[in-house]
Amino acid sequence: MGGSAIIGAAELPVGEHWMKSLAELAADAVRAALRDAGLDRPDALFVGNMLSGELTAQQHLGALVADHAGLAGIEAVRVEAACASGAAALRIASAMVEAGVLDTAIVVGVEKMTDRSGPDVTAALASAADADFEVDQGLSFVALNALLMRRYMHEYGVSHAAFAPFVTNAHENALGNENAMLRFRVSAEAFGEAKMIADPVNLLDSAPICDGAAAVVVASRQRAEGRRGASRAVGIRACVSATDTVALHDRSDPLRLAAVARSAGRAFETAGIGRDDIDLLEAHDAFSIMTVLSLEASGFAPGGAGTHLGESGVIARGGSLPISTLGGLKARGHPVGATGVYQIVEAVRQLRGEAGPAQVANARLAMAQNIGGSAATVVTTILEAAD
Amino acid sequence: MDGARQWRTRAARYSLLGAYCGRCDKPEFPPRPRCPRCGHETTEFAFSGRGTVYSYSVVRQGPDGFADQVPYVVALVALEEGPLLAAQLTDVEPGELRIGQPVEMVTRRLRDDGPQGTVLYSYKFRPPRGWQTAPSG
Repeated sequence: MGGSAIIGAAELPVGEHWMKSLAELAADAVRAALRDAGLDRPDALFVGNMLSGELTAQQHLGALVADHAGLAGIEAVRVEAACASGAAALRIASAMVEAGVLDTAIVVGVEKMTDRSGPDVTAALASAADADFEVDQGLSFVALNALLMRRYMHEYGVSHAAFAPFVTNAHENALGNENAMLRFRVSAEAFGEAKMIADPVNLLDSAPICDGAAAVVVASRQRAEGRRGASRAVGIRACVSATDTVALHDRSDPLRLAAVARSAGRAFETAGIGRDDIDLLEAHDAFSIMTVLSLEASGFAPGGAGTHLGESGVIARGGSLPISTLGGLKARGHPVGATGVYQIVEAVRQLRGEAGPAQVANARLAMAQNIGGSAATVVTTILEAAD
Repeated sequence: MDGARQWRTRAARYSLLGAYCGRCDKPEFPPRPRCPRCGHETTEFAFSGRGTVYSYSVVRQGPDGFADQVPYVVALVALEEGPLLAAQLTDVEPGELRIGQPVEMVTRRLRDDGPQGTVLYSYKFRPPRGWQTAPSG
């Protein structure tokens, strides 16, 4: 039986890196992850990125990052799947390692968003949606989430205030993460009074625009187990990708995230575990409505009952399903194409017992779910601590 | 939007012309040459332009090209023939809106494509004339 494992992981602080280029950010994360793995040169490099073309007029990131990271000459390619680019890159890297095509691979997620103005970034983010029939009508990416949130509140009779615990929890958890961008508490009252962006989605429903890079080194499980430092290796039990229509209007029930259901369902099947076995979940909390819909579609709550997980304290660090344990997209920050790799790095920190004040006690199995667009690409990864 | 794309999608934009899959017996909007469910080739289908509001939002931070129009109202409209469609609502006050209210298609100016570009027109939706919000309370 094959399988792959993560033998090195690193993340840069998320924030506004005005003095670093996209390539420098990626290279910094690559070098740090290789150092963590004790590896000089992987067989291949996969770059998860969404917006380099739109925001920095730079494509061809495989060769570019390899060059800047001191890995010139290796196989290298960029993977793009909107906000799911990071985990989509991991999916390909781990599959190639498991197939024996590569012995080792490095996956870096990188995004540089803060060089440009707000409307430019808003327009670039909207490229995750349907250009001809969503964006062209004036719908921003926030607006698409707002349409989901309004419908959800209407259909299930849920108030906006019911989403507050997901936001306050993420900010509370970010206090324990030195790499998080928004390290401050947010009260439920502040959440209720935040500035509206696209009703009913307000500023505190949304993850911040930022720069960042994170990287993980993947090796075959056999190789990971035979190395020094094997106790810090983290097994990849499942990494499953699925898709849905890009446009919300092409779905029969927009509140049911079919790609989340498919990806999570097959991930649990592949890993051979149940939902109760998960010790922590790095959820894709780019918008609080997306958190709730993805929890429901993943099977952690029935349709319409996702917000109950917040109200009952289940999602807090000491609860039965801690989520966004190092701040999540909401408070760690959401450098879009890098986010999927940040989620993996943070799950690895938890499973190694290296999460400091944010540590979830006795964490053995972690799930990370990376969502692109209006859940049109979804990658669910299940990770396991070494014995 | 570039001119070619605007030209290519004009029938959908100006006439709400969609597609119909004979095998699935279902109309589609936006139109596609092949049915997304079964891959069967579709034929033209003209929608009535009548529907109801499935969900709506007021955009207060618009993307490039729309940033100067905020606030404006966007919606998912459930067309009476079945499909959902994303569009702006017009001739309404946000406070008067509610999910489920009837709307009808009109053709309106969507935005300008720069000082030298063409003016882009498209469908928008509005409450039918004479339709009143039910009194609340």
